Amino acid sequence: MRVLLPLAVLLPVLGAALTLALGSHPVAQRWVSVAALSGVTATAAALLFGAATDGPQSVVLGAWPAGVGISLVADRLSALMLLTSSVVTLSVMLFSVGQGSTGDTERTPVSIYHPTFLTLSAGVSIAFLAGDLFNLYVGFEVLLVSSYVLLTLGGTAARVRAGMTYVVVSIVSSLLFLTGLGLVYAATGTVSMADLPGRLSGLPLAVAVGLQLVLLLAFGLKAAAFPLSGWLPDSYPTAAAPVAAVFAGLLTKVGVYAIFRTQTVLFGEVSSPAVTTGLVVVAIMTMLVGILGAIAQNDLKRLMSFTLVSHIGYMLFGVALGTVEALGAAVFYAVHHILVQTALFLVVGLVERAAGTTSLRRLGGLGGAAPGIALLFLLPALNLAGIPPFSGFIGKIALLRAGAAEGGFSAWALVVAGVVTSLLTLYAISRAWAATFWSGRATRLDPEVSPETAAARAHRVPPAMVAAAAGVVVVVSALTFVAGPLLDLANGAAEDTLDVRGYSQVVGGLDTPPADGSGGTDSGEKAP
Amino acid sequence: MSPTIVLTVAIGGLVATGVYLLTSRHLTRVVLGVLVAGNGVNLLIIAAAGRAGRAPVLDPDGEITLETAAESSDPLPQALVLTAIVITFAVTAFLLAMAYRTSRIEGTRGDDVVRDTSPQGRSRGEAAPPGESTDAADSSDGPASSRQQRGAPRGAGGPVLGSGNRPASSGSPEEAS
Repeated sequence: MRVLLPLAVLLPVLGAALTLALGSHPVAQRWVSVAALSGVTATAAALLFGAATDGPQSVVLGAWPAGVGISLVADRLSALMLLTSSVVTLSVMLFSVGQGSTGDTERTPVSIYHPTFLTLSAGVSIAFLAGDLFNLYVGFEVLLVSSYVLLTLGGTAARVRAGMTYVVVSIVSSLLFLTGLGLVYAATGTVSMADLPGRLSGLPLAVAVGLQLVLLLAFGLKAAAFPLSGWLPDSYPTAAAPVAAVFAGLLTKVGVYAIFRTQTVLFGEVSSPAVTTGLVVVAIMTMLVGILGAIAQNDLKRLMSFTLVSHIGYMLFGVALGTVEALGAAVFYAVHHILVQTALFLVVGLVERAAGTTSLRRLGGLGGAAPGIALLFLLPALNLAGIPPFSGFIGKIALLRAGAAEGGFSAWALVVAGVVTSLLTLYAISRAWAATFWSGRATRLDPEVSPETAAARAHRVPPAMVAAAAGVVVVVSALTFVAGPLLDLANGAAEDTLDVRGYSQVVGGLDTPPADGSGGTDSGEKAP
Repeated sequence: MSPTIVLTVAIGGLVATGVYLLTSRHLTRVVLGVLVAGNGVNLLIIAAAGRAGRAPVLDPDGEITLETAAESSDPLPQALVLTAIVITFAVTAFLLAMAYRTSRIEGTRGDDVVRDTSPQGRSRGEAAPPGESTDAADSSDGPASSRQQRGAPRGAGGPVLGSGNRPASSGSPEEAS
């Protein structure tokens, strides 16, 4: 089982190398990409099975002794996130294969798309499996640099402009992460997630909280938590549909995953009420400000981007509460959210393909022209808003129950904000659906853009694209049927992350020093 | 052991300079800011390794004890910083490529990170010839006097976050070149 761990990273990297070499054979490229990502999905499923039955798996690369080499860890949280993300990358790859290219056939160098996409997948795998903070940083950088390339594919004016915002913001967050990393090392003398919990809890509270805040700031920027979310709705909508879908599904959730780890494994034993209160405020503001932004939008892609930001708040909701039930619900919500956002962005890609625009002022009457797309949009949209019996409803109920069980002012404030956000999401979504599919008027297009009618265009959407999008929609709808076991699994994942000692032992932390401050001080003294 | 004050001051100075440059709207300065701040952070990791002037790896024949370990420099931060330097280098290269692409697309006026145009401003910006199209972008950088006057009619609308009087144009990539 342990031999599978590196495979989740190796397969996409090798696939990327192969597709780069096969640059002039697009068909072969597609086969290699799909095969590599299918392999990752199978690996992730096996890892999840192993983590659920035998407990967390860990391997130190290169047969180095534990604590020296690079360690990869798959506990239930890592494996679950990895499986979800690999399902998403595979579906999006199938979608873009069905599309024939990455959106604009003439301008995009297709040979770049597949290797970059696979490298992105490898970066996500590294980030989820990383057993030390520095490896997490490397994983982040691998996926971010790939995302820079994917976002600016084709190098059109709009994409370069949006990409510049995204790149600069991402670099700033990476610099913050690296700063936090350097400070953590200076204070504790290790970056291994196995040794860090013990040593961090030995630090003076002020130092530990300072380190925690630097890391939370860096991860919050990546996760697009308010008020660090302004970059997202400006950069995602310009990307090609499959790229936007995989970004919306995965990238912010890697940041959320890092926040999970920071709050549970690393700083679980460092309790500071001020940080918790801050997280509660951030969660509430992320939910409310995000959804109010979505209501104000007149473009389908921007509207979706704002709902994406808003629902990050639900995961922060769970992290801020910090109980097993709340964290489990947040993990469940993360799985649901990755899938549902990918589905929605893929369907918006279909809408754009069918209607030639995503502006709510021009779209209209698409329900008659393309009833299939209308259905594909409606299912994940209702799911996102939290209509029973969809998984969005189950995830939200689990969060609300955890909040109600916790009690207290901040927990109830979170519950109220969660309910309000859910209702406002329903409003934003139904407004978008009505404008796009239901209104009587036909889609108005710029005459110079396309002389065709919407109905004629709708028939030209490649069936493979629809099939890939439908696949994600089916998967996210099917979450309802496995919600019970999945919620149990998510609660188990939350227990895994809260069980810091167990994690340390599995990762191979030989020394978990006594929590008396021997882990080093600010002066730079380190345990040998 | 205590880190030298020189390193501390250098780190602070580099990061402060980098952050100042990052707040500029000029792309070239942003690239420089990333470089400078990145090197400041890399230096921070080196400073975490402890006192300078010691060998990171000891004599292979010697026995490693607590005493000899205290004599040597910590090798791990040096390995970390090597990775970080490579990443900084790669990211800078990509940023430079993007800056170059921006200048190719938008001409000599394209040196801004984001053109903070109003919806109306942007729609006119697309239609107008390149020489006149980017007035709105200038209003926030450089001396306010002359540029502000030129950019004033269009630059007052704020960012394109809200719903403008015009449908958002993000669906179709605008090719300006």
